[in-house]
Amino acid sequence: MTSIPAGRIIRFALLSLGALMILAPYIFMISTAGKTQSDIFTSSLSLIPEHFYFAENFAKALSKVPMATLLWNGVLVCGMIFFFQVLVAIPCAYAMAKLKFRAARLMMVLVMLGLLVPIHATALPLYVAFDRMSLLNSYTSLVAPFTISVFAIFMFLQFFRAMPDDLIHAARLDGMSELGIVARVIVPNAWPAVTAFAIFSVVAHWNDLYWPLIVVSKQAYATPPLGLMYFRAAEAGDDYGALMAATLIITLPLVVAFLFAQKRFVEGITMTGLKG
Amino acid sequence: MSALSLRGLNKSFGGNAVLNGVSLDVEAGEFIALVGPSGCGKSTLLRILAGLDHADSGEIFVGGRDMSAVAAADRNIAMVFQSYALYPHLTAGQNIAVPLAMKRLSRTQRLPLVGSILPGQKEIRTGILRDVREMATVLKIDHLLDRKPGQMSGGQRQRVALARAMVRHPSIFLMDEPLSNLDANLRVHARGEIVELHRRAGVPTLYVTHDQAEALSMADRVAVMIGGNLLQLAPPEAIYNDPAHIEVARFVGQPRINIIPALAEDGRVSFEGIRLALLEKVANGQVSLGIRPEFVKLSPSGRSGLGGRIDRLEFLGSEVVAHCRLDATGDIVIAKLAPHEARDLIAGMPVGVLLLPERAMVFGPEGRRLRTASAAPARQEPAYV
Amino acid sequence: MSSVAVAGNVRSAAALHRRSEDRIAWLLAAPAIVLLLLFVLLPVVAVIFLGFTDFELGYGKFRLVGFENYAHLLTDRTFRRSLWNTSVYTAIVAPVSIVLGLGVALLIEGEPRARGFFRTVYFLPVASLIVAMATVWQYLFHPTIGPLNALLALVGIPGPNWLGASNTVLYSLSIIGIWQSVGFNMVLFLAGLTAIPRELYAAAHVDGAKSALDRFFLVTWPMLGPTTLFVVTISITNAVKVFETVKMLTDGGPNKASEVLLFTIYQEGFVYLRVGYASAMTVVFLAILVVLMLLQYRVLDRRVHYT
Repeated sequence: MTSIPAGRIIRFALLSLGALMILAPYIFMISTAGKTQSDIFTSSLSLIPEHFYFAENFAKALSKVPMATLLWNGVLVCGMIFFFQVLVAIPCAYAMAKLKFRAARLMMVLVMLGLLVPIHATALPLYVAFDRMSLLNSYTSLVAPFTISVFAIFMFLQFFRAMPDDLIHAARLDGMSELGIVARVIVPNAWPAVTAFAIFSVVAHWNDLYWPLIVVSKQAYATPPLGLMYFRAAEAGDDYGALMAATLIITLPLVVAFLFAQKRFVEGITMTGLKG
Repeated sequence: MSALSLRGLNKSFGGNAVLNGVSLDVEAGEFIALVGPSGCGKSTLLRILAGLDHADSGEIFVGGRDMSAVAAADRNIAMVFQSYALYPHLTAGQNIAVPLAMKRLSRTQRLPLVGSILPGQKEIRTGILRDVREMATVLKIDHLLDRKPGQMSGGQRQRVALARAMVRHPSIFLMDEPLSNLDANLRVHARGEIVELHRRAGVPTLYVTHDQAEALSMADRVAVMIGGNLLQLAPPEAIYNDPAHIEVARFVGQPRINIIPALAEDGRVSFEGIRLALLEKVANGQVSLGIRPEFVKLSPSGRSGLGGRIDRLEFLGSEVVAHCRLDATGDIVIAKLAPHEARDLIAGMPVGVLLLPERAMVFGPEGRRLRTASAAPARQEPAYV
Repeated sequence: MSSVAVAGNVRSAAALHRRSEDRIAWLLAAPAIVLLLLFVLLPVVAVIFLGFTDFELGYGKFRLVGFENYAHLLTDRTFRRSLWNTSVYTAIVAPVSIVLGLGVALLIEGEPRARGFFRTVYFLPVASLIVAMATVWQYLFHPTIGPLNALLALVGIPGPNWLGASNTVLYSLSIIGIWQSVGFNMVLFLAGLTAIPRELYAAAHVDGAKSALDRFFLVTWPMLGPTTLFVVTISITNAVKVFETVKMLTDGGPNKASEVLLFTIYQEGFVYLRVGYASAMTVVFLAILVVLMLLQYRVLDRRVHYT
């Protein structure tokens, strides 16, 4: 029992080596966030800073970037997007999955087409339209195009199809209206799908740079990725200590959320990733 | 020399003993059914035999050869799985060919793409194809060879799984509940077929099932396994009529055997007028009296037998099952009656309950069967009265 | 007579019920339909239309120019460069991240103890803000103060100017792309691996598949078919959509060596405001996605699903 087979050792070594490469950016991010400018220039390979400069770098990052505004914008935008996506998608998916809906097939075609079209393809006309309506630099422009998620419809559709029809029949016999059924039977039972979709949606929109970059040009409405871009372009230059500190602050919320709810994250991404 | 012999196999998972020193011999050409409730360790035993799991201790011999260090692939033991485990991406024919290809083609010849252009493999592949066709004819699945498992019915898949196991003429045949995924009609039919195939091929077979009817109807000998212990290995009649352990008696037989607590005193067991002389020495105290439902008679007049009352009657067509509660002890006794015997019975009525003492069996406090003077081994008598 | 009348009533009641159910379904689906039209279908139609115009933001008037934009695309050196760069990037990132993702998944699947830990580590980039991590990579890649070149200097290799030289910038971006997507592919493959019935491996053992390689080709690889197909499609799509790292780190440079499709569209449409021309590019981008989808559904799907 004491001897470990060679295969296991090799496997473990390979995995560790790969893990180290994956972790390297994080390690250097944390280490550099604690270094003085001169440390950064002279000893880039030593991981432990010679002078602990964390406080100064973080202070600099926080003073130059309205970090609270960025994070608040990120939370607000992601929250609103997610709220509307679920609000719109669940009734639609329910109608397609469980009601005698003559347009269900047509809807399915629309959904499949919609799955194909990313924001990058629709951005130009939407930008023109928002510009005409003077809606650029607003939460509306950040949120509105994402209120419809065909992906959400697709996912909930799969989930509802697997739900037993008898559940809905029983609810109808109990005298519930269709809306009542959606609110009191379907939604409570759809929690696994809702959380999985929440993770998918938040990760996607928290990270999105393309659309905010197009419709927002004022810092007041900047989301975290956009804010970081401004900071890097305007203020920081080669001040990598402060830059890494800012990076750390902005990366942290999602990474912490991931570390706390890893299983849900992985489930969410897998569930959203594998069709059917 | 036995075809297969197991010596004192032990296995535990995380402190839970799954197998407790199981020993078993399968003779050449024999069909043994390994039966027991789910979770009794029978599937684990099968997996250890196949080489998919390893026992903590004990030995396995196939044809006298020690198998402990031999890998599953080299044991020449075939297995039919409960789910059939057919490769879904291969046609029936390709599925059946897999064991042959693994045996006859070299490692490089087996490689995808590359393998099919190497010299010398063509003749081997033709040979494999011929053997697959031959096997398919035996099992009457010629017309299915080009279909994938997803396009076949449960019964067809089961035949393909059988063909895949039989095609390489294994030295031992293991079957893990191969019929449990079939519907009831097909199952009865498939039982006969498997027995017939076994008789023709003569490969010693170990057949795992939780279904006692399957075990009793198919096997030459039945091994009853409960809680990781092999309690009895005997021909079907002996398992039913002469169980060696209270758990065997309980597991086999439908409806279940009546077990009534009784007292052993000075070499005699007595219960409400029944007296049985024990042939072996037992300390005074509580024992169990077992009597099969067909050896319980009811007297509607209530004049003979123990006083009781009918709780419930189940009409099953060819027979009637009566659940009676004894007035004296409150025990439930089940009687299996012919319909004409049950004509005058209604639920709730008082009856006299007659236990035929010569058919009663006594089990010791730890469950072991105790021999009695009046109840001689019933092997020679007709099994069903 | 009366029974016929009753039957007729029942039938019309059923029809009535069906009609009311249909109406409720329309109501429930209405918000989704309206938004779908407004934010997906209409814009797609508009983009196709705009592709045939010389529309520029800021000018009120525009005219239809037919295929002029497309003809121009054929000779546009920036656009051709950008298509080529996107192809090279995709040709590197997709295969490497798929193979590595599968490899890591297989290694983790066999690892009894530290499995959870490794899964977390490899998945971390997926949960991280890519824009932020791109900045970290920029520091790692820095030609003079970056740790990567410092490391190379230790063994006496002069490090390249990773993101700053036109002959290495695309490969450097590819490294970031691979780093980011290995974990995602790994998680998908892990899910595919756990969905393979254990009994198939048992059957393979009993059937004589002695080596791990035999079992891989007999069970694992074919059973992973649907997963692999999906991973391939999503990896290619994601690689074609590369934008964030380019915008953050190179702005298409140096010397257009890292111009990629979405970046070029972004520049034309939202910086130079030549909406008509950028729309034509967008149509090409959409066409690529359509072809990828058709490949997945029509050609390959039939070969990897077995039921």
